[in-house]
Amino acid sequence: MLALFLRDIRLSIRAGGGALTGVIFFLAVIATIPFGVGPDINLLARIGPAILWIGALLACLLGLDRLFQADREDGSLDLLVLGDDRQMLALTVLTKCLAHWAGSVLPLVIAAPLLGLFMNMEPIGIGATALTLLVGTPAITFIGAAGAAVAVALPRGGLLISVLVLPLTIPVLIFGVSASYGAVANPDPFLQPFLILAALTLFLAVLGPVAAALALRHGTD
Amino acid sequence: MRLIAENLGGERGGEAVFSGINFALGKGQALIVTGPNGAGKSTLLRIVAGLLPVAAGRLLVEGGGEDFPSVASACHYLGHQNAMKTALSVAENLRFWRDFSGADFLSAEEALAMVGLDGIGHLPFGYLSTGQRRRAAIAKLLVSRRPLWLLDEPTAGLDKASEERFGRLMREHLDEGGIIIAATHLPLGLEGAQELRMGETR
Repeated sequence: MLALFLRDIRLSIRAGGGALTGVIFFLAVIATIPFGVGPDINLLARIGPAILWIGALLACLLGLDRLFQADREDGSLDLLVLGDDRQMLALTVLTKCLAHWAGSVLPLVIAAPLLGLFMNMEPIGIGATALTLLVGTPAITFIGAAGAAVAVALPRGGLLISVLVLPLTIPVLIFGVSASYGAVANPDPFLQPFLILAALTLFLAVLGPVAAALALRHGTD
Repeated sequence: MRLIAENLGGERGGEAVFSGINFALGKGQALIVTGPNGAGKSTLLRIVAGLLPVAAGRLLVEGGGEDFPSVASACHYLGHQNAMKTALSVAENLRFWRDFSGADFLSAEEALAMVGLDGIGHLPFGYLSTGQRRRAAIAKLLVSRRPLWLLDEPTAGLDKASEERFGRLMREHLDEGGIIIAATHLPLGLEGAQELRMGETR
């Protein structure tokens, strides 16, 4: 499993891995928002956490279609599925998800504080948003894995994955954003939505890979 | 161990491709599957590997023991694609499959030497020619130990010398008690192998 994790990390870093695509997309979204919204600094600070979350969510979805498709095209996926008896397929999927998260999504979380400055957010709000992104984005990857596994055989599956996955990520978005707001707006709680967010991630860490493994097993042709 | 197919049928997209295939292979035996394009050779191999469901009849493994309870756990599947990443070096690719598949056999370097590719392990897989890629994929059969080799046109793109070298590797595998099922259009140089002609049995 460690070998698979390291292989996928290496692939995401090397040429054509697309680790930076998400970050650049994220940067583009956040950088254009102030131009569109106008020079109202207070408004920017107020919508900042939500915009960061939406930007990160969309950037997460960007690379998901390659999660299994690259392995399918070169035949590796057949061998990963055949290895089910030795390395449980759900665990293989979980490992691939974690590698994808560490390779393509973690850079977004690291870039988020910097982009928070664009939105004129307070330091504590930036910290809270980065923390909620750190805890919440794995959930998006796990849901996305199930979508990617369903659409693995389709030549242009990227859009379909986004459409499939986006409604399912709404709870993650809601609790992520409300926890981020809880840290800055005084009467709102931070801990409760944050804990629900953590629970969502843990729950989907089990459900997502199992669903994806099932889809992959029946999707081979 | 023995691999037995009884009255095996396969379908693709809801349409029967073949039916009534029977064979029984014991230790050291090989089955060469031949037939025209579209006769279902690759489908047969994928069904045996367990990548496609068995449409009719049954397929069983006897005497695999604890290590190899099912065909999937006992087989190396070499498909049309090589299952190697072009961005990684040949040795990295082989080392990954060695770690992932378990049951270590030869090291990546030894396996590359067996297929005549010693000294190029550091090159990215994407730099290799078609024949070299195929040979690197064949080296993948040697990095972990599996009794059953399922080979789908294994010699496609190989030159004469590599074909002979691969023939020797297959004979060694059979001598050690392995089983080979190969779908091919080209003679593989395996004497005494059973032959299954598809497309004429129907």
